[in-house]
Amino acid sequence: MQHAEVPFFPPTASRTHEVCGAGAYVFAFALAARLAGYTMWVRENWDSTQINPTGFVDFVEPSVLTVCNTGKHTETLAVAEEALRSGAVSLVVMSLNQPLGLTEGRRLQLAARDGMSTGLAIIPEGMGSNAAETRWRCTPVFDPKDSTLQKWELIKNKSGTLGVWHVRWDTASRRITMVSPARK
Amino acid sequence: MFDGIQRRVVSLWFPRLASDRALRLHPVEGPFALTLKQQNANRIYCLNAAAAQQGLHQGMPYADARAFCPSLQSRMAQPEQDRRFLHTLRRWATRYCPWVGLEGEDGLVMDITGSAHLFGGEEAMLADMRMGLMRAGLSAQIGLADTRGAAWALAHYGEGVAPGGDALPALKSLPVAALRIDDRMSITLRRLGLHTIGDLAQTARAPLTRRFGPGLLLRLDQALGTQPEEISPYADPPHYAVRMTLPEPIGLLSDVMAGAERLLVQLCAKLRTQEVGARNLCITLRRVDQGCQRVELQLARPLRDPQRILPLFERGLSEVDAGFGIDQLRLEATWVETLPAQQISHVSGGGKDKLDDLISRLGTRIGLENIQRFLPADSHIPERSFIVAPAAYSDPASGWVSAQPRPICLFPPEPIAGADARPPTRFRWRRMALTCARTIGPERIAPEWWLEDENWRSGLRDYWRVETREGRRLWLFYTPQNPGWFVQGEFA
Repeated sequence: MQHAEVPFFPPTASRTHEVCGAGAYVFAFALAARLAGYTMWVRENWDSTQINPTGFVDFVEPSVLTVCNTGKHTETLAVAEEALRSGAVSLVVMSLNQPLGLTEGRRLQLAARDGMSTGLAIIPEGMGSNAAETRWRCTPVFDPKDSTLQKWELIKNKSGTLGVWHVRWDTASRRITMVSPARK
Repeated sequence: MFDGIQRRVVSLWFPRLASDRALRLHPVEGPFALTLKQQNANRIYCLNAAAAQQGLHQGMPYADARAFCPSLQSRMAQPEQDRRFLHTLRRWATRYCPWVGLEGEDGLVMDITGSAHLFGGEEAMLADMRMGLMRAGLSAQIGLADTRGAAWALAHYGEGVAPGGDALPALKSLPVAALRIDDRMSITLRRLGLHTIGDLAQTARAPLTRRFGPGLLLRLDQALGTQPEEISPYADPPHYAVRMTLPEPIGLLSDVMAGAERLLVQLCAKLRTQEVGARNLCITLRRVDQGCQRVELQLARPLRDPQRILPLFERGLSEVDAGFGIDQLRLEATWVETLPAQQISHVSGGGKDKLDDLISRLGTRIGLENIQRFLPADSHIPERSFIVAPAAYSDPASGWVSAQPRPICLFPPEPIAGADARPPTRFRWRRMALTCARTIGPERIAPEWWLEDENWRSGLRDYWRVETREGRRLWLFYTPQNPGWFVQGEFA
């Protein structure tokens, strides 16, 4: 199967997940494209790295994305919790720079469950919370033929097995396709 | 029109409206004038009686006026404030009759038909007006006649009252300029020997019309009442505020919310009749100890649905300190926008309303301007190829085009070591040693010379997509005019 779907993707709805690594943005946009509906992107205002709509237009239409600039870490979490609980958006992406405590992680899970929307925390490597449903590590991989190859590792999964997959983004069909290891 | 009812019109003229207003705020003794830059010179805009006695007049250059009268005190004129003051006077004048209109920049016209007897007759009413205006420190000239034209003529040229019936005896001796005609026409009439309105009324009408057009005789007929002329009362702007006073103070959040709901229902009914929606709302809570607390709410889009607005107030109201209790609530829509009635249909965007409510609610926490969306922009400069606009004050737009692949994220350019115009085969970026595996480029982007941009001072940029053997796919650029290599973004 050349174009198989990635198992566990999209990750369980109504839960909060975590992603780390250099390809975390790709994972977030691929998830936004897969879930459809509105996406809320919560970031701290001092962060100089900015998502570029002319770049991610291949993944999702920029008009479905709303960006919240918050002042500090707790504000980010409060905004994300409120957005998750409202159920108005299908995905809430929060980019975090500090470790997430168990209480905060659990509150995000409860908010996601109440609002029936998916949460995704972009975290620095090794700063995950135990409350996360799944944790992914995404790293871009060089491929002489293709410019979108990535390695996605499922490094924590509360309800299933772990795994490693090589995936690429198919712009035409706007979805993630798995690349068989044989081709690699 | 009114059978058997004699129409009576009052014309009020404030010859020194601007200077009277300035002197009311800060009184000064002696000659005083307001100046305004007109026709490339600082000229006298309005002056008080003392200055007029010194021989100064309106429109005179201010430098000349200072030479004539060294003790002249002056200030800058504020015509916009004067206009607002005239509207205030218009509201004051509605105490005499409901039909009050504006007459030019410095006058009011009132249709007092049937209301004079409430003040004890016309004479008593005019005396009351004069007294009120004198107490307010305003000089005014008042004319009363059967028609608007005659009242204007009397107010501007010799104060007086024309008795009911034929106005010609009262107007006969007034100059022709009192007919609201322009200066050129009145000068021409005087050259022909027609100095007063009486002269004009006796002249044959046909030659006058041929010589001056229909305008002159229209004005004459309007003044004498043979042609009708209406007075348009000025409508007060709708007032979007409601309040509630309570016999006993309240303190519980649920009670305050219940009060706010009652006010919201009233306010929203008002908004609905005017087909507008509230953008900013402000609720003022007065406590029994006279303290005031304001809770403001900014909405992501105009709304007039109480059920949707009320939950948004909950956060603000929960932070209020009730003290010994709150006994008055006042709700005001401080900013409204038009919101036409819309047909309810099954295809309307369902999630949009929920998203707007979410944006309003988050706006109370982090500020509405911090919730943004991307809009396309017409520029090749990567940082300016999109606009970041507040989501509450912009509509989503489509039409994203990118001829070349663009990075998924951008950051301020970070310098790396590089020797020549080709991308370096090995370089260090963010403490990582990277090796070039594939390079695509260059794509030359020139700065937009019509816009000052500090970041593009280094001139042209040659952008390269560099895929490294380690996996990272970076967007590098080289500045040929100031040789140097930088990393500006990362691809998917």
